[in-house]
Amino acid sequence: MSRITLTSAVMSLALTTAASAQTEIELWHAMGGALGESVNQIAENFNASQDDVRLTPVFKGTYEETLTAGIAAFRAGEQPHIMQVFDAGAATVIGAKGATIPVQDLLSDNGVDFDIEDYISGVRYFFADSDGKMIGMPFNSSSPIMYYNVDALEAAGVTPPATWEEFQETTAPALAAAGYIPLAQSHLPWIFTENFHSRHNLPFATNDNGYGGLDTQILVNNDAIKAHFTALTEWQDAGYFEWYGTGWGDNQTPFEEGKVAIWLGSSGSFGGLAQKDLGFDFSATYLPYWEAVTSEPKQTFIGGAALFAMSGKSDAENAATARFFEYLTAPETQVLWHKETGYVPITEAAYEMAAAEGYYAEQPAAEIGIKQLSLAAGENTRGYRMGFYVQIRDVMNREYGRILTGETSVEDAFATIEEEANQLLSRFAQTQG
Amino acid sequence: MKRAGFTTVSLPVLLLLPQLVIIAVFFYWPTVVALQSSFYLQDPFGFGSTFVGLQNYIDLFGSREYRRIASFTVVFSLLVTFFSLAIALVLAVKADKVLRGARTYRTLLMWVYAVAPPVAGFIAVIMFNQSWGPLTEFFGFFGHDYMVGVNFNDTAFSMILASVWKQVPVNFIFFLSGLQSIPRSVREAALIDNRSASGRFWDVTFPLLAPTGFFLLIINITYSLFDTFGIVDIVVKGEPGNNPMTLVYKVYVDGFRGNDLGGSSAQSVILMVLVLALTIFQFRLIDRRIHYT
Repeated sequence: MSRITLTSAVMSLALTTAASAQTEIELWHAMGGALGESVNQIAENFNASQDDVRLTPVFKGTYEETLTAGIAAFRAGEQPHIMQVFDAGAATVIGAKGATIPVQDLLSDNGVDFDIEDYISGVRYFFADSDGKMIGMPFNSSSPIMYYNVDALEAAGVTPPATWEEFQETTAPALAAAGYIPLAQSHLPWIFTENFHSRHNLPFATNDNGYGGLDTQILVNNDAIKAHFTALTEWQDAGYFEWYGTGWGDNQTPFEEGKVAIWLGSSGSFGGLAQKDLGFDFSATYLPYWEAVTSEPKQTFIGGAALFAMSGKSDAENAATARFFEYLTAPETQVLWHKETGYVPITEAAYEMAAAEGYYAEQPAAEIGIKQLSLAAGENTRGYRMGFYVQIRDVMNREYGRILTGETSVEDAFATIEEEANQLLSRFAQTQG
Repeated sequence: MKRAGFTTVSLPVLLLLPQLVIIAVFFYWPTVVALQSSFYLQDPFGFGSTFVGLQNYIDLFGSREYRRIASFTVVFSLLVTFFSLAIALVLAVKADKVLRGARTYRTLLMWVYAVAPPVAGFIAVIMFNQSWGPLTEFFGFFGHDYMVGVNFNDTAFSMILASVWKQVPVNFIFFLSGLQSIPRSVREAALIDNRSASGRFWDVTFPLLAPTGFFLLIINITYSLFDTFGIVDIVVKGEPGNNPMTLVYKVYVDGFRGNDLGGSSAQSVILMVLVLALTIFQFRLIDRRIHYT
């Protein structure tokens, strides 16, 4: 008994001594459940790979909660070294110049080679500034893709639709006749608004989608998207489309239950779906597009979140953060993350490594996100940068919900979104004054 | 008559100090900061800010959406207050008459009091789950396709139901003790005067319960305005969407979700004024007309 106590005392002493020689850094993230375990795994692997830096990941709740916690901590001078910020919060964290150290500067200042061309095309510029300098390190990158129930499509005798015209004329009627709800989706602003514009290469906002300045106006009130939402309401009436509310899971569940045949979700949903015993085979392909709008569909851009190095830390700590980023972008780490979670690998090297291992021969659906992000780029496909975008998304969700419950018309809804979003944008511009 | 008092000024001040410090730090200081930031639009990280005067307030009062949320809050509060009080009163009057096993009944009726609002919200979410919720199936049996998170009225109903369910026990405890403090002699006298039970209730019991009822009215209005936050948050699953929400939830959505500190502070100030008005109403208007025994 006493020997055990003594041993553990010696061990804890040894640990303390070892720890004091290390640089401690903290990462605040929003990855719950299985994703959080993958983050912990990466941190453990990183800590085991070297002795100088010790990374502690801390789960802070949802994306919004993590950002708010980080802001409150920053104002109190207690910010973590690394903070995960999601796509809609990008303008807030990047707008606050001085809150973060651009990842590109951090890496090159600490002797880590950085070339933005190493990154997959759709990943490069979302979290970059107007000059194309990468500010946040893309972490859990995903893009909206189309999942489908293979058994259902076979039963209906159709193939996954490439265009919305094909869906409307061929796929949906056949699936409905076979007793399925043909279509559901999990995020109207992300899938049917932001990436809708990118896929069709339509401008989403002035000032180069908002990257060029603060006096941005949203361009969401356009004919292409209004036609799309009008089609959605018609499909809803015809039983081709069902909307289960704003919650992500409420729309994914009917697909998992086999009621819905085609579900639009995140490429990052792949890991979760593959682990479940669904009782049917599923696969995935590109997001459909409207042939009436474009004959040359373009790439989508990343959603998900990036890691930002917070300012106000010592040089030693910044060097430690740079080392972690170097480890994180290494192909081995990226491939592990990609396989465990379904998020896309962010570098070309990691993509090639996963392909060389034969991963995509086994799991073709896991490659769709990367392939879609690597399709031809256009002038409107890098993403968007708009302030108070969380509220703008809330406005969209509210108005879309009202369209789909018959409370408002497509025309009125988009006029309201445009008006309220522009008001929010001008308010945001004033916060930066 | 001799009055006891302090001989020096310093001792009472010293004794009051801890309380005053707590009030100043946790109430007055945040109030002043909220008031101040409601006149600014500021970068959440604290780098930039612009003085905008009353613009945040003008934006709010000009917003169709804010007015919609305000009117929903009024309807929501009235319904929650009315039903929590009415159901609790009925239960208390009935429990008061029970002689056998009275303690068991009372304990069972008070039980729900221990449930925290988010847990109450979570129970509502489970009961109204879109695919397998028992209450969703119950409504489905009557041909209504009940959809929480899709249909505005269905979502509002779930919030109200959970809020009422959670609040009834508190009111029940107060009403029951109020009923038991009515002197037996008064009841017996009433029994001689009036044979009708409902007549006796409205003429004698109800007026004597008025102080309790009034106290509960204020408590319940405050509850439905502020404490239902946890229920609203869980029922909408953190996604406001086209769901109903209360003014307090809107403060959270704009401030903590959207990092709009100025707009959110202005909304807090509006709520502060509302509470102030309620308090004045309570003490000035109604307090005088109610006879406390």
